[in-house]
Amino acid sequence: MRSEAAGGRAAGSGGAALGRPPVLSVEDVGVVLGGRLIVEGVRFGLAPGEVTGLIGPNGAGKTTVLRVVLGLVRPTSGLVRREGAARRPGGLAYVPQQHLVDAELPLRARDLVGLGLDGHRLGIPLPTRRRRELVDEALERVGAAGFADDRIGRLSGGQQQRVLLAHALVARPAVVVLDEPLANLDVRSEQEVAELLGRVAAEHEVAVLVSAHDVNPLLPVMSRVVYLAEGRAVWGTTEEVVRSEVLTRLYRHHVDVLRVHGRILVVPAGPATRVDVPDPDRPPGSDGGVEQVR
Amino acid sequence: MTVLAGLVAPGFLSSGPVRVALALGGIVSLVSAPVGVLTVVRRQSFAGHALGDIGATGGAGAFLLGVSALWGFLASSAIAVGAFHVAGSRERRSRDIATGIVLGAALGVSALFLYLDANSTSTTGATMTVLFGSLFVVPPGTVPLVAGLGAVALVAVLVCFRPLLLAAVHPDVAAARGVRVRRVELGYLVALAVAVALSAMTIGAVLSTALLVGPSGAALRVTRRPGSAVALAAALGVVATFAGVLLAYDSYAWPPAQHGWPASFFVVVLLFVADLAAGLLAGRGRRRSARRRAG
Repeated sequence: MRSEAAGGRAAGSGGAALGRPPVLSVEDVGVVLGGRLIVEGVRFGLAPGEVTGLIGPNGAGKTTVLRVVLGLVRPTSGLVRREGAARRPGGLAYVPQQHLVDAELPLRARDLVGLGLDGHRLGIPLPTRRRRELVDEALERVGAAGFADDRIGRLSGGQQQRVLLAHALVARPAVVVLDEPLANLDVRSEQEVAELLGRVAAEHEVAVLVSAHDVNPLLPVMSRVVYLAEGRAVWGTTEEVVRSEVLTRLYRHHVDVLRVHGRILVVPAGPATRVDVPDPDRPPGSDGGVEQVR
Repeated sequence: MTVLAGLVAPGFLSSGPVRVALALGGIVSLVSAPVGVLTVVRRQSFAGHALGDIGATGGAGAFLLGVSALWGFLASSAIAVGAFHVAGSRERRSRDIATGIVLGAALGVSALFLYLDANSTSTTGATMTVLFGSLFVVPPGTVPLVAGLGAVALVAVLVCFRPLLLAAVHPDVAAARGVRVRRVELGYLVALAVAVALSAMTIGAVLSTALLVGPSGAALRVTRRPGSAVALAAALGVVATFAGVLLAYDSYAWPPAQHGWPASFFVVVLLFVADLAAGLLAGRGRRRSARRRAG
């Protein structure tokens, strides 16, 4: 059944491939934006406690799929079932692509996490002990306790992302969606964030959906992958999906998949030389560019 | 005490126009604080300024019709805010161009209205009142109306404050958390329209942005909590308007004799000084914490 999921027409065959019932499932979803077809026939499910990678080259429609999952974009065809996710109070939570928050914003890291608990409510928040404990616990969990009282706009991109993750987790969501959390990180930070996501999924029974253009940093923690290319998707385990014949069918031209030293290189051949190879020469420390100043 | 007595000219607090001016300045400062903080963090200071300029058209029109300028300010702000809300979903660049074109047209119409005002009433008072405000000629009957409008705006913005802050961090994060972003933004825009209209009444349409974002901008330089930013902005606004009224009252004794200086001038200068001081304070705090880290 599983291999069928990967080998099928373009997508997996739904919940059958999951060990547990999904908290959210995307069923045959297509999206047309501004008259342009972005994706079609996208199918996958998210199970609690699992990390699912949404992998694909730039412009493949990863962010659109994430926004469909979150309910920010209405699919043109197909549907998204969120009944399972709706049973948890936190519902769905979103960690956007790393972006630097305005330095003027009068919010400390802990204020932003507090908004994760009750930011959707009207009126003024009352500081209670319970609220403070929950916020501290969430900051601790993502390793952000050290800068809890710093202004959010003065933190580095990586630090802001941890705070946004704490913001997402504090309300105990069923699904956490992260857009390219590994972009602009050095290799060590990539590993740390990937491990953190694996731990969060396992310890808190959260379904984690994370988009990335490279499959490698997520390999140690990822249970399943949704591979997106040419507006279509394949869903399955990494072994099922990241294979030459499956990706060749997806890209509609020859793709080589090489496994070297525990890493996977995806090399599309032919006229479209969109190459998805991780750069081994990428200088470490590229995340440390923004110094924390107060 | 003697210094204070020397500063406060005799008869200050017993003067009717002074009381009206103080009431108006206080209410406007309280409303502008939360609205201004949100305006700065949402980077909508330009929209606030545009509202003021468009307000000038309404104010000048109201003069022509012989009704209170406040109604003119309110009407034109409300129309402009409606347009902002409709245009909100459009691309930023085309929105800015549209705002610029509408602004130019509005100021052109104001020029005509003000010209007609000056001719029909044979006074230049209308121009001065609409563009730069004149706190001392506000009729006392306006105060309850201003207080009522201010209360509505204050409640609207405080009720929506949390979701608006979250939306300022990232609209999609807020939407995923269940915030109806467009709806709370409408609440903000209504409060903004009222705040700008009241501010235009106080220090004039052209200067209204100063009272809207001046205190908040200064407060945001020195504090990192939303609550204290609002409180500090309110305090700064109240101090600046009260001191402005006091100095304008005192200035009747200054040259040219028997002609007071405009209160708007003092308010705006005081806010400017406050902003400079906040900038210096913030810079010093940053350098000190940097040294502490290095040492």
